Amino acid sequence: MAHTFTRRVVLAMTASAAMVAGSVTTALAEGWKPQKPVEMVIMAGQGGGADRLARLFQSIIQKEGLSNMPMLPVNKGGGSGAEALRYLKDKSGDAHVIMATLNSYYTTPLRTDIGVDIAEFTPVARMAEDTFLLWVNADSGITTLDEYVAAVKAEGTGWKMGGTGTGQEDSLVTAMIEGAFDIKMTYVPFQGGGEVAKNLIGNHVNSTVNNPSEALGFYKAGKAVPLVAFTPERLAAFPDVPTARELGHDIVYAMQRSFVAPPGMPQEAVDYYTAMFEKVSQSEEWKTYVAESALMPAFLTGDDLQAYFLAERDKHAKILETIEAGS
Amino acid sequence: MDVLALLADGFATSLSPLNLMIVIIGVTAGLFIGAMPGLGSVNGVAIVLPLTFIVPPSSAIILLAAIYYGAMYGGAISSILLGIPGASTAVATTFDGRPMAQQGKAGLALIAAAVASFVGGTISIVLFTLFAAPLANVALAFGPAEEFALVLLAFTTFVGLGGDDKLKTIVMICLGLVLSTVGLDLISGQPRLIFGDIPGFYAGISFLVLAIGVYGVGEVLYTIETSKTAPQVTPARITWRELGNGLREMNRLWKAMSIGSFLGFFVGMLPAAGATPASLMAYGIARQTSKNPKSFGKGNIEGVAAPETANNAASTGSLLPMLTLGIPGSPTTALLLGGMVMWGLVPGPMLFIEEPDFVWGLISSLYTANFAAVAINIALIPIFVWALRMPFTVLCAIVLVLCIVGGFAPSQKMHDVWLIAGFGVAGYLLRKADYPLAPLVLALVLGPLMEKSFRQTLIAEQGNVLAFVERPLSGSFIAIALLFFALPLIKSLRRTGSRGVAPAE
Repeated sequence: MAHTFTRRVVLAMTASAAMVAGSVTTALAEGWKPQKPVEMVIMAGQGGGADRLARLFQSIIQKEGLSNMPMLPVNKGGGSGAEALRYLKDKSGDAHVIMATLNSYYTTPLRTDIGVDIAEFTPVARMAEDTFLLWVNADSGITTLDEYVAAVKAEGTGWKMGGTGTGQEDSLVTAMIEGAFDIKMTYVPFQGGGEVAKNLIGNHVNSTVNNPSEALGFYKAGKAVPLVAFTPERLAAFPDVPTARELGHDIVYAMQRSFVAPPGMPQEAVDYYTAMFEKVSQSEEWKTYVAESALMPAFLTGDDLQAYFLAERDKHAKILETIEAGS
Repeated sequence: MDVLALLADGFATSLSPLNLMIVIIGVTAGLFIGAMPGLGSVNGVAIVLPLTFIVPPSSAIILLAAIYYGAMYGGAISSILLGIPGASTAVATTFDGRPMAQQGKAGLALIAAAVASFVGGTISIVLFTLFAAPLANVALAFGPAEEFALVLLAFTTFVGLGGDDKLKTIVMICLGLVLSTVGLDLISGQPRLIFGDIPGFYAGISFLVLAIGVYGVGEVLYTIETSKTAPQVTPARITWRELGNGLREMNRLWKAMSIGSFLGFFVGMLPAAGATPASLMAYGIARQTSKNPKSFGKGNIEGVAAPETANNAASTGSLLPMLTLGIPGSPTTALLLGGMVMWGLVPGPMLFIEEPDFVWGLISSLYTANFAAVAINIALIPIFVWALRMPFTVLCAIVLVLCIVGGFAPSQKMHDVWLIAGFGVAGYLLRKADYPLAPLVLALVLGPLMEKSFRQTLIAEQGNVLAFVERPLSGSFIAIALLFFALPLIKSLRRTGSRGVAPAE
């Protein structure tokens, strides 16, 4: 019975999307249009940061009527996204599948042999880059990077850095920090960014490299203090927080939020989705979200995006090498 | 205090005609989603989330909360009627709910589940209303060491009981723990026990897949064998009068329901735990403290009431860290959190101050959703029970189909369907050999949590094992766990020692 309900909702979604769509879609793409609902594969499980963002895109597309067919999010988070990557590869030539990516797009094929070369995939659009900051608990009294480094050194190797799973973004940033200051911290992996932030506030770890959106609530309440941002420029949401570069340490790391398509997607379809995401990037909802979550809007498409992906992959290969050499 | 004034304002929001209608629609939809094996509140909320842009944020979160609540009630329905857990949170409900249905008491079990859900939900909303802010600090005090101690406590409630063969219980827990290590390891990022290189195992073995296999398929196989000679399922029917009588019987269950309510709320409140461990723990403790523990698993109504109170209490409890700390206590609250972010609301300590309308509108809607859910659920019980009057040959095929659909739906992988078939046969054989299945399922749920928190603590404390007992909270949990483990031993010692003297109880 619930099954019928599900189908009914999908039908209702289709109908409402189509109704609102009307004028916009005709202006958007004269030629190719999706013929059936589009699968939006998510490289992570339900409820995480990547999932939330993908669903935000879905709702913006639907609310603004940017597609004549609904987007159906499908979570394939198995094996740090290995499952999703294999799935996309097996869908070669399919015009009704797109995938929301994060940095495991590079690291997973590098770390495990899953027979996927991301150079084969079709780039669609990079929506934003998520940023990383170094956080400590307000109770610690630490307010600057120098104090932080001194405090870590005083602990020997006992300083606890909390982060997401080993080999994922947080552990890479941690390795970069350790390399830059010649320090060694005890890295404690947790299930997700929210849990990491909570363990910082509960004093179970000493520092984290959370994304702004994960620590924002605690920051507003004055319980978490950002020391330094690992971004090229200062973040508008944190104007008083210096970048690592300003302080003379070249640590810059970002998490890309992009969409890619299977190898060999027809060009008209690629154009359609690219135009659709361009509209999304100009929508009010997206702009508000970007500002509130301290994301860096970084819209990029086509060959430039592919070049960026490949450059990032090389960069990650190097970071992973240093981590493996170090352990 | 002004909590009541704020709550009254909240009711003004949640009792508006639009919101009231939303609650009724949400609860009904949730009830059916929850009743469908494999589909739980996570799926319901995920499907509806994008639709909520049509209505204002306060109405949207009310819709999502109503679905969440409805699904919690609905999960019990297929657990009781068909023996297939409707959602992972309702697995513990099958332990006694299914035997009750086989004895022709399906109606009574469903009433107990509905009333228990209502009591659990209501008590935890009251706790939430009164103590939200101070309780958030308790959740913060829970680090990896405390999580480990709590999980250990959950295990001992199952082992420390004389009812089943203790050795067999421990064997099943070990088997469950081994199954729980399959897949990608969080700490090292390496795959474990993937049987060569079977991609399906990367994601680990889903708890629901195991439960549907051993309970759903295993049960069908077992029933086919036993019913060859005589039909085992007693046809159930229920009249309105019996429904009323059943409701009156519920006051006997106050003990099981209060265990479930407080335990459920507390465990649900801890990030990373959630309603599934809460319901299993409540079942274990209700059995441990019962005067007649051996009747559990054979159709004891307390075994239905305890986990059903706990899973509803926990689902309210897990809203607490979500709203006050911005940390989801369960996959479903993670989605709700996502919804809030979309509406531009920043969860965290400031939410109660900055957005009182939203927060109190949500809290008050939990009260209305709870009332709506219990009313709708009880009204539908005669219809659900009627479904059981199908001939077994038909019902059996339907159950198998639902098992397959339920296993396939969440992950959309055939791999899980094969696993269900395998677990079904294994479950059937284990049952014939008289091995308890509940500890197996418990171990698969709690195993990953236990391993993770154990290793996190050891990493953080540089390998110091004493860290677990040095911290006050985790130390006391471990002490209680040891006590639970030793309790049956002490009881039997006292019994032999005090023979001839007045009975201890």
